[in-house]
Amino acid sequence: MKPLTHLQRLEAEAIFIIREVAATCEKPVLLYSIGKDSAVLLHLAVKAFLPGKLPFPLLHVDTGWKFREMIEFRDATAARLGVELLVHMNPDGVAQGIGPITHGSAVHTDVMKTQGLKQALDKYGFDAAFGGARRDEEKSRAKERVFSLRSADHRWDPKAQRPEPWALFNTKKHQGESFRVFPLSNWTESDVWDYIAQENIPVVPLYFAKERPIVTRNGALIMRDDERLPLNPGESVEMRMVRFRTLGCYPLTGAVDSAAATLPEILAEMRESRVSERQGRVIDNDGASSMEKKKQEGYF
Amino acid sequence: MAEAALKIVPAPEAAPAAKSLLRFITCGSVDDGKSTLLGRLLWETNSVFEDQAEALERDSKRFGTTGDVPDLALLVDGLAAEREQGITIDVAYRYFGTPKRAFIAADTPGHEQYTRNMATGASTADVAIILVDARKGILPQTRRHSYIVSMIGVRDVIIAVNKMDLVDYSEEVFRKIEADYAALVPTLGFTNIHVLPLSARAGDNVTGPSEKTPWYKGPSLLHLLETMETRTGEDAKFRLPVQWVNRPHLDFRGFSGTIASGEIRVGDAITVLPRGQSSRVSGILLPSGEAQAAQGGDAATLTFTDEIDCSRGDVIVSSASAGKGTRHVNVRLLALTETPAQPGKAYLVKLGTAMTGARIESFEYAVDVHDYSTKPASALPMNGIGLARVYFETPLYASRYKDCRITGSLLLIDPVTNEAVALGVIESVQAEVAQTGTEEDLPVLRHLGRAFSGIGALPDGASQPDVIRYTVWRLWSGALVGLVAGLFAQSFLAGALVALADIILRPILRGTHDRLFSRWQAYRAQREQEKLSVDGGGI
Repeated sequence: MKPLTHLQRLEAEAIFIIREVAATCEKPVLLYSIGKDSAVLLHLAVKAFLPGKLPFPLLHVDTGWKFREMIEFRDATAARLGVELLVHMNPDGVAQGIGPITHGSAVHTDVMKTQGLKQALDKYGFDAAFGGARRDEEKSRAKERVFSLRSADHRWDPKAQRPEPWALFNTKKHQGESFRVFPLSNWTESDVWDYIAQENIPVVPLYFAKERPIVTRNGALIMRDDERLPLNPGESVEMRMVRFRTLGCYPLTGAVDSAAATLPEILAEMRESRVSERQGRVIDNDGASSMEKKKQEGYF
Repeated sequence: MAEAALKIVPAPEAAPAAKSLLRFITCGSVDDGKSTLLGRLLWETNSVFEDQAEALERDSKRFGTTGDVPDLALLVDGLAAEREQGITIDVAYRYFGTPKRAFIAADTPGHEQYTRNMATGASTADVAIILVDARKGILPQTRRHSYIVSMIGVRDVIIAVNKMDLVDYSEEVFRKIEADYAALVPTLGFTNIHVLPLSARAGDNVTGPSEKTPWYKGPSLLHLLETMETRTGEDAKFRLPVQWVNRPHLDFRGFSGTIASGEIRVGDAITVLPRGQSSRVSGILLPSGEAQAAQGGDAATLTFTDEIDCSRGDVIVSSASAGKGTRHVNVRLLALTETPAQPGKAYLVKLGTAMTGARIESFEYAVDVHDYSTKPASALPMNGIGLARVYFETPLYASRYKDCRITGSLLLIDPVTNEAVALGVIESVQAEVAQTGTEEDLPVLRHLGRAFSGIGALPDGASQPDVIRYTVWRLWSGALVGLVAGLFAQSFLAGALVALADIILRPILRGTHDRLFSRWQAYRAQREQEKLSVDGGGI
C-alpha cells in the first residue's frame, strides 16, 4: 500500500485526538468559531464518528459583533449537518453595552470572549473543549500541548504543562479541571486550505475576494458590516476588492486586498504571501508576549 | 542542486497531496546554537512571514545576543520566561516546508534538567539533529543526547558540527569530531549517521553548499532532510488499539482506532486481545470512505462478522500472530516528576488506549547517560533512566518497543496527582503463565500435588511436570524414611506409619514455615517503606 501522505497523517492524527477525548472525557464540546479552522475541525469530528452522530454539541461564544455572514453560515452549517449548536453571549457584557468601539479591543475581548467562554463552559459543565488553534499561528502557541490542562478557574500555567510523548495523552484530571484540546496543533495555514480544497469543505464566503464596503483605519482595512461602526472625521466607505484571512469581530478584523475569489486562487495567493495571517488581528500586537498573557488569563 | 529548494514557491497543483512529512528533533545545549539553526532553516525556506521578521528586528534589539544582526534564535524562542533566561525550556514545534517535503521540527531544551522534554520531543521524531560545538567537540551532553534519542528509537541521526566559522572552517577539527563520534556510537544502534560541518549563524551548509568548506563533499542540511529515507525497524504485524466502540444503531457495531502497525483487509481473521475472542473483518471505514484494506497510521473503524466482546483498551490483532495479554514487562523508564518513580507505589499505566493499575516491582539498574554505565537503583529521580520490571493489575496487550512503538510505549501516572511519573519503552514482554491451562489438563494430579506438597510449598504457576516430579519425590522419600524406621523398629506397621506421617506432615510443616517466613519478610519490607514515607527517604 502507498504510504500515507502529509495530509492523511494530519487527518488521522486529528481524528485520533478527537476520539480520545470522546472516550475519556465526560462532557466534551466543540468550540465552533465559524472560521476555516473550525470548519476543518468540525469536518474531522463528524468523520471520526461516522456512521454514528457527533457525540458532543458545538458551542459558539458570540460577542454580538461577528460578521452577519458568519452568523448565517453558522446556523446553516448546524442545520446542514444536523448537529446540536449552543450559542452563548455574556449577558453581563450585553447589559453593560460592552463593544469594541466604545470599550476598545482589550476590554471587549476580555468580557465578551474570555469571560463569555468561561461562563458558557461553567454553565454547561463541559470538561473538555475542542479548539481549532494551530501551533504555527503564534509563538506562544508553538509550545501549547494538544491536551492543555486548565485549572478550575480556567487558567493556563505554561510552566506546568504535561509531557506528551508519542500519542500517549494523559487524560486524567481532577474534579473541576478541564482540557482545551487542539486536534489541529500540527497543521499549518496551508494544510488547512489544502484540506478544505481536497474535501470540498464549505467555508464562510468572506474568505473569498469580493467588493466590500471598507473603511481604512490605522492602516487596517475594516469592513463596515453595519451602522454601528461610526465614521471618524475624514473617513469614508469605499467599495474595495478584499478578502479575509481570519475572521473575528468585524471592527477588529482587517481584510487584505485580494482578487482571489476561488479556492485555487486562494491557495496560490497564500503560497506567495509573505505576511502571516494573524497580522490582520488587532489584538495580538499589544506586546511581544500579549497572547501568552491572554492565555494565562483564560483566553482560548 | 539544493539551491533550487531554497524558496517556498507556489507548488505544482498535485504537490500538496503527494508531499511527504518528516519530523525531526534538534538537540543541543544552551550555547550550541540550536535555536539559531532552526531559525536559519525557517528564514531560508521563506517560512518567516514579513510581520514576524519585523517583530524579530524589534525583539533583537531588546533581547538579542548578536548585536545589530537579527538574532534568528528569537524566531523560535517563544515563552516570555524563556527569553528572560535566554534558554529554551519547553518543546516548541515549528513548521516549514519545501516543495518536496513538509517538516515538523521539535526544538527541545538542552539542559540536563530538561531531559524529559527532550525525550518527549524525540518520541515523534523520524530523525535527530544533534548539535556539537566545533570549538568544544564531543561533550558529556553529546553522549546524553545520543543516548536519549537512541532509547526513544530514533535510528537516523545528523551530527551538526556547528560554529565552524569560529574554528576557521578547519577540516582537521571537523575530522576529529567525526572520528570521536564514530567511536561513541557502536553501543547505540543507529542505522544512519551523517556528520555535517555547519555555521548556523553564517548559514554555511545549512540550505546549500558552502564555499568555506571545499573539503566537505556531502549534502547541505536541508538537502539531507529533504531526501533522507528513514525506517523505524518495526515489524509488520497488524495491531489496532481500540479507542471507541461505534454503535449508532442495532445494525452497526464498529470498533474505531488508529492502526498502530501492519495492514488489514476485509475477510482477514482477527483476534481481540487480551480477551482472546476471534472473528473476521466484515468492513473497513476510513476517513476517505469505505475501503477494502487499511494500513498503519490510518484512523479506521472495523466491523466483524461475529458479535464478540471488544472495547476500549483492547487490541485487535491478526489471528495469525495473535499472542496473549501480559502482566509483566521489562521497561526502560524515564522519570518525569520531582517525586521519584518508586517500586511498590500504586500507579496507573497508559499503554496504547488501555489504562489499568500498575506497580514498579523492581529496578534492575539505573543508567548514567553520560558514560552509559549502569548501577543498582531503588528509585528513579527526575530525568533518571533505568530498567524496571513493571506489573499490570489486569493483563494488557503489549509489544516490544522495537517491534511496535504504539503498543510498546507507556506512561505511568500517579493516581493522586494525575501527573505522569515516568514514560517507558518496553524491552521485553513476559508471556502470561498459563495457570488455568494446567488446572484444566490435570485437575486430579494438581489437587493431589497440592495435598502432598502443602499449600504454599508448591509455587503458584508450577507446571504440570513440576507437580508430577514433586509428588513422585514425596512418595519415594516418604517410603524411604518409612523403610529405615521400619528396619530399626523391626515392625512393618511402625515403618508404614512413619512413612505416611512423613509424606503428609513434612509438606504441611514446610508450607506453614514458608508462609510464616514470607509474612515476616513482608512485615520488614513494610517497615522499611513506612520509614521512607516518614523521613522522605532522603528525597
